[in-house]
Amino acid sequence: MQAHTTVVAGAVETADGAGPDIGLYDVTKRFGEQVAVDELTLEIPKGSFFALLGPSGCGKTTTLRMIGGFEEPTSGRIELAGRDVTDVPPHKRDVNTVFQSYALFPHMTVEKNVAFGLERKKVRRDELRRRVGEALELVELGALAKRRPTQMSGGQQQRVALARALVNRPQALLLDEPLGALDLRLRKQLQIQLSHIQREVGITFVHVTHDQEEAMTMADRIAVMRDGRIDQLGSAEELYDQPRTEFVANFLGSSNLIDAALVARQGDVAEFDAGGARVRVPSRLVDGRDGALCVGVRPEKISLRPADAGAQVPDGENSLLGHVTDASFVGVSTHYIVRTDGGHDIQVFAQNAGAGLETLGPGRRVAATWQPEYTFVVAKEAGA
Amino acid sequence: MSAAQASTTGRAPAGGVRWLTLRRRRALLPAIFVAPGLAWLVVFYAIPIVSQLWVSLQTGNPDDGFAQTYNWSVYPDSLSEYHTHLVRSLGYAGLATILCFVIAFPLAYFIAFKAGRWKSIFLLLIILPFFTSMIVRTVAWQTLLADEGFVVSTLRSLGLLNVLGESGRVLATPQAVIAGITYNFLPFMALPLYASLERMDRGLVEAATDLYASRWTAFRKITLPLAAPGIFAGTLLTFIPAIGDYINAQLLGTPQQYMIGNVIQSQYLNVRDYPVAAALSFIVMVIVLVIIVIAARALGTRRLSEAVAA
Repeated sequence: MQAHTTVVAGAVETADGAGPDIGLYDVTKRFGEQVAVDELTLEIPKGSFFALLGPSGCGKTTTLRMIGGFEEPTSGRIELAGRDVTDVPPHKRDVNTVFQSYALFPHMTVEKNVAFGLERKKVRRDELRRRVGEALELVELGALAKRRPTQMSGGQQQRVALARALVNRPQALLLDEPLGALDLRLRKQLQIQLSHIQREVGITFVHVTHDQEEAMTMADRIAVMRDGRIDQLGSAEELYDQPRTEFVANFLGSSNLIDAALVARQGDVAEFDAGGARVRVPSRLVDGRDGALCVGVRPEKISLRPADAGAQVPDGENSLLGHVTDASFVGVSTHYIVRTDGGHDIQVFAQNAGAGLETLGPGRRVAATWQPEYTFVVAKEAGA
Repeated sequence: MSAAQASTTGRAPAGGVRWLTLRRRRALLPAIFVAPGLAWLVVFYAIPIVSQLWVSLQTGNPDDGFAQTYNWSVYPDSLSEYHTHLVRSLGYAGLATILCFVIAFPLAYFIAFKAGRWKSIFLLLIILPFFTSMIVRTVAWQTLLADEGFVVSTLRSLGLLNVLGESGRVLATPQAVIAGITYNFLPFMALPLYASLERMDRGLVEAATDLYASRWTAFRKITLPLAAPGIFAGTLLTFIPAIGDYINAQLLGTPQQYMIGNVIQSQYLNVRDYPVAAALSFIVMVIVLVIIVIAARALGTRRLSEAVAA
């Protein structure tokens, strides 16, 4: 229940006064016994690049397919631009989809594929031709208009699928793992192209992906989904810097999480006992939190300094004492594993900036320090 | 290098047996693969066709023998004598093909997309009749459609006998012959249709509806064109054998329903007027060929090759 309120509040903030473009209200989808989407409430603001991120089976594709009209919700309501479309068939919804398999029509040329939607909408011939041309230019495929999809590479087919959807200027564009079938290099290239196109056309993009890096690169808002629900919703920075669940903390990047108990709270600072050490966090992070908690910090936010020479911990920083168990030099940074005195293994990524930095070998006694505002608080998972 | 020299100069290399270079052996490979099929076609197809043409131009009678007289008039003569049978054959075969399509398309569509794990069972049921000979199956239809048979008595008890017209019969009518042909050739239509529908990505129909096509438009614009190779293959596989069929007309019809196949059969085996029988066979072959060419032109050669591949 707590996740739901966060979601709605988060979306309304950015809606710029206008209503949301896409709204899902208490939407549940069951396939037989299995619950794919569980009382999901979500509002997607107009013009945003919105990512539904989660592992396979989390319900993200089912959610997208319900917006597109390919699946009917078991219960709940779906709105597009304020209109209830729960019972409206896909061909009467003003959204278009870029399918994971592209689903290009093999018996038609690229041009005919792109023109398909406009032909159905009975757009005038000269306007149709102009818009198809523009759409193909947008995805840089103008020269291949007469080809058939089967004669094209995966990346080109992907762009045809994109043009075929965009040419209709829909209310929203739904992208179902559109880059999933491409190799890494092409994927990176198309990620940039996609964000560029989204800014250019300004329509709402809803992007389903299991790739956290892809979601963070492209989307301005990300909903992290798990087991048919939204765990947390926010910008990439919010999700990365202040994950609120253990799942989000581990799904986006790596995290050091330590079981902790709130011991004191004074003004802006809340103090936790984390395995014997005192960890300070901004007190707003504990507002309204109860149950078992963990404190966390990202590996690259931590500084290591030798603790044997009586080195000073900067004032007000959190500090965990321990010794290095593993150090691996990976070029841009050195990755350490530090066993704290409290018995936790924490990861530390030390950037190799500047000369004369000493690599701290295994066995060295160190202090791992970081600023309290880099600390986050997550709910401890029941099973963990 | 030495082997190549040996073969170009004609000297046998040391190995003796290896009288061809690798390159030449590779060049020969396609010929070796094609040879058996080619030999088969020459012996059982090309030679009979030429001999058929040869026989058709002979004159004479079975008792005194036939002599080659290059009597080309046999073609116009047999055409004018038996053109009603020819037209009837075209009509029956065409109607049966259309009926096959109308019955087989929903059937194939259902098996391809809706049958789920029952797919194989349904396919087996389509092929099952082939386990019995066509003649036995047609004789069974004779019994079913007979004047005191199952169909007529059912119609009678339902009080629907008047739908049969004044004769009150099912057997010995054009409808019976067409129904028999439809029944016998249905699998030839259903299987290619199934094959082409089954290969189709259902996501394409979803994509079409996403692009504002109603279910009917998606069917017309996506499913039907993608099934075209199967439709074409099924039509040829049904129409061609149906046009030369004589078993259905013989067992389910009367001489009033006889098709060109019946005429050819009786000319060969009963009248033993070999030239007329050969000429009629030739005419049927040419008509079928022309129809195929026209259909292929209409559908485009690309579709034709796809149909063959299907």
